[in-house]
Amino acid sequence: MHDYRSMVELLKEIQALEFGVYELALFLDTHPGDRRALEDHNRLVSRLNQLRKAFEDRYGPLRLDSESPYPYRYINDPWPWEIQY
Amino acid sequence: MWFYEKKLQYPANVRRCDLAMAKFLFAQYGGPDSELSAAVRYLTQRYTMPIPQAKALLTDIGTEEMAHWEIIGTLIYKLTEDATPEQLREAGLGDHFAQHDKALYPHDAAGVPWTAAYIQATGDPITDLHENLAAEQKARTTYEHLISLTDDDGVIATLSFLREREVVHFQRFGEALMQVQEHYQHKHIFC
Repeated sequence: MHDYRSMVELLKEIQALEFGVYELALFLDTHPGDRRALEDHNRLVSRLNQLRKAFEDRYGPLRLDSESPYPYRYINDPWPWEIQY
Repeated sequence: MWFYEKKLQYPANVRRCDLAMAKFLFAQYGGPDSELSAAVRYLTQRYTMPIPQAKALLTDIGTEEMAHWEIIGTLIYKLTEDATPEQLREAGLGDHFAQHDKALYPHDAAGVPWTAAYIQATGDPITDLHENLAAEQKARTTYEHLISLTDDDGVIATLSFLREREVVHFQRFGEALMQVQEHYQHKHIFC
């Protein structure tokens, strides 16, 4: 149970960072020449990649092109609609 | 192509089983101004956009709409998870249960199945972007109606996030529309 809460907390951090990345990406779609937005985007992406790696090492793949230990761990519950956030 | 990421874009919690609210939420799951309509609309229109900014924006907003569709599906799933057939019947979801049990079939709040007639793709980028501006406003309004129909703070938090995304998408579509209009003005002058 303790580990479940830690998993959810890390997931929420990833959600927050990924939200920042997505928001900046939409902005950059219509403002590709905005250097500051691009720097913010790249900085958040770098942090997001670190967190995603930390999550996947501990709780299993978030994507099917992530490496998995044996047996294939991507399929494991909980799926996103089953999680108590 | 797409890769699935095994996470929601935003947390979705519900405090209790609320079948009436689940029924209302089908508006945004399979209704005219639903997240499903938005995703299919933008991902269909993007092929005939004339400038890179608009191709990118329709691809990325269309993809985000699929993530929102998943969030609405999650709310309905959680709100109905513990319901009995009798409770579903009392809440007006007896018709749904008869045909779909608790499956997340895409229909609107009144049970009308989703149809591609809810969306348009005219091949005219200026027309299509105007449709999208209207679509974002209609979805924002629907979220405001939905928020006023519940007192569940978990549901309200998630619906508020989705409402805010409609506002941001409206802003970005407005920028893309101006850029497409500029693109055509220059084209007419120099060609």
